[in-house]
Amino acid sequence: MSAGHAPRTLALILAVILAVGPFAPQWILFLLTIALAKGLVVLGLMLLLRCGLVSFGQALYYCIGAYAAGMLGRYLGIRDLVTLMLAGMAAAAFAAWVLGFLLARYRGIFFGLLSLALSMILYGLLLKTEALGSSDGFHVLPSTLFGVRPADAWVRYAVLAVAAVAAFIAALLVHRYLDTPLGRLAPAIKDNEIRVEYMGASARYAIHVKYVIAAALAGLGGALAATTVGHVDPEMAYWTTSGEFIFITILAGTGSVIAPFLGALIFGIIHTVAFGLSPNTWQMVLGASLLAVIVFLPNGLWSVFRRRKAA
Amino acid sequence: MEQVLAVLIDGIIYSAWLFVAAIGLTLIYGVMKIVNVTHGSFYALGAYAAASITGALLAKGMPPALSYAVLLGSALLVTLIVAPLIERGILRFMYVKDEVVILLITYALFLILEDAIKLVWGVSPYFIAEPYGLLGSFDLLDLTYPYYNLILVGVAVLCGVGLTWMLNYTRTGKLLVAVIHDTEVSRAMGINVERMYLFTFTFGSLLAAIGGAFTAPTVSVVPGLGVEVIVLSFAVVVIGGLGSLPGAALGAVIVGLVRSASIHYLPQAELFVIYLVMAMVLAFRPRGLFSIAEARKI
Repeated sequence: MSAGHAPRTLALILAVILAVGPFAPQWILFLLTIALAKGLVVLGLMLLLRCGLVSFGQALYYCIGAYAAGMLGRYLGIRDLVTLMLAGMAAAAFAAWVLGFLLARYRGIFFGLLSLALSMILYGLLLKTEALGSSDGFHVLPSTLFGVRPADAWVRYAVLAVAAVAAFIAALLVHRYLDTPLGRLAPAIKDNEIRVEYMGASARYAIHVKYVIAAALAGLGGALAATTVGHVDPEMAYWTTSGEFIFITILAGTGSVIAPFLGALIFGIIHTVAFGLSPNTWQMVLGASLLAVIVFLPNGLWSVFRRRKAA
Repeated sequence: MEQVLAVLIDGIIYSAWLFVAAIGLTLIYGVMKIVNVTHGSFYALGAYAAASITGALLAKGMPPALSYAVLLGSALLVTLIVAPLIERGILRFMYVKDEVVILLITYALFLILEDAIKLVWGVSPYFIAEPYGLLGSFDLLDLTYPYYNLILVGVAVLCGVGLTWMLNYTRTGKLLVAVIHDTEVSRAMGINVERMYLFTFTFGSLLAAIGGAFTAPTVSVVPGLGVEVIVLSFAVVVIGGLGSLPGAALGAVIVGLVRSASIHYLPQAELFVIYLVMAMVLAFRPRGLFSIAEARKI
């Protein structure tokens, strides 16, 4: 990780978001919050991608986080945003801890396919669970902040502020983690796992830890998305949602903890602009840009910044 | 008793459909080691081509009996245009990349094709009921089945037998088997591997398009048709073992029977069981039921 000043850059971005937020139109606040939520999921996928693992089922944890937050409000009447986010995170992390014992043994295409199967199991379950609204999902009650319900004009800003702080903390922690021995093992696992084991480290353990962290981040993102959108449905666990996350991960690259959020923002902008201009070709724009990134920038958009710095 | 019979018949019909949809995927993986997401796009392309061309010809007064040949012809037509374009134009430059990266590339192509289909055919649904209605239906005990479903089963058997015959008894097939076993050595022995890849991709995609074309009369052809087919055929192929032909057949039968049993006895579990089986197989036999152990490479 050459991005040694990532913490300073992150703090700057946080300050800008918090300062400019009150003056920005509502739709921009919404766009930013969703980008942060997706960025959190992608931050986790980035950890896995650094080991050479691509999860085609990260939507599983996104959906678990979202439904956990939604159900807490629906059945227990808990509406505090921070509690909901922590709950979503905990639920996803626990599920990943259990499933991780199985998944940490898998590599390459099989890791992808098994995670895909697991996310589709949840999709199949939710689709037929009438108590949770089947394919329609259910509404998530508007959340409160430390017991206070913000005035209507300020709701979006309040949620964005919480999201930005959460993303800031998460990015900072992951940045720290990447510098620990366990975090630095990732590229080694990608290059040659057997040598990692000869070195005395356990690749399986390292992957399990990363998998749980990735899921916790996805759960956090899911809970955030659920309260922002005010609705959850089984589509959140469908394979196309996972595909979207992978798209952003590849677009962003693994160069820095800032990259996932930048990638998610760019994705949100492409989505909003291209969908607005031409609803029937926006996927084509996505597909073409994914191809272009894979071919011309195999390390993602972030490598553009880095190359310039090196020059 | 009657319900058991119904489960069996529904299961076989669904298995036949799954088999046709998935067999091309396993062929492409076997030869090219590509997990091909565009497979679903070719299924959708086949369905759209069949529905629009057959519909147009029927409107011009073509005798409905010919429509079965037209279904097949339109699948062939659309695949011969699109598949070589994708393989020669994009995929062939990507073979050096990692398996997972190629999967992502086919995902990008899937996104592009998804919208290309909307641009060509629009977003309103297509219906062609004639090939389905023409044959009528038959009764078995108290259950009524349309004869058209037998055609689906016939197509599946034909595809399976044809592909097995092709691989074992034709020159191209034998060359393909050599490529499946060892690409490098095949190349050294003078096999034109590039041409084999082009052939495999086109042929595998054609099988998906045929699946789509023969399903078109039984559904309304709408955007997003191929999206579900992708995961379903992944499930079938993974259960049997990626790259294995008998595996795909077994996978299709397992998924087909499991799904039809759950529809009859436990409708809530319909989708969930398919992926449960997939996950279980991956958990206990990661390389599928028909698989050969592979040495760990250092």
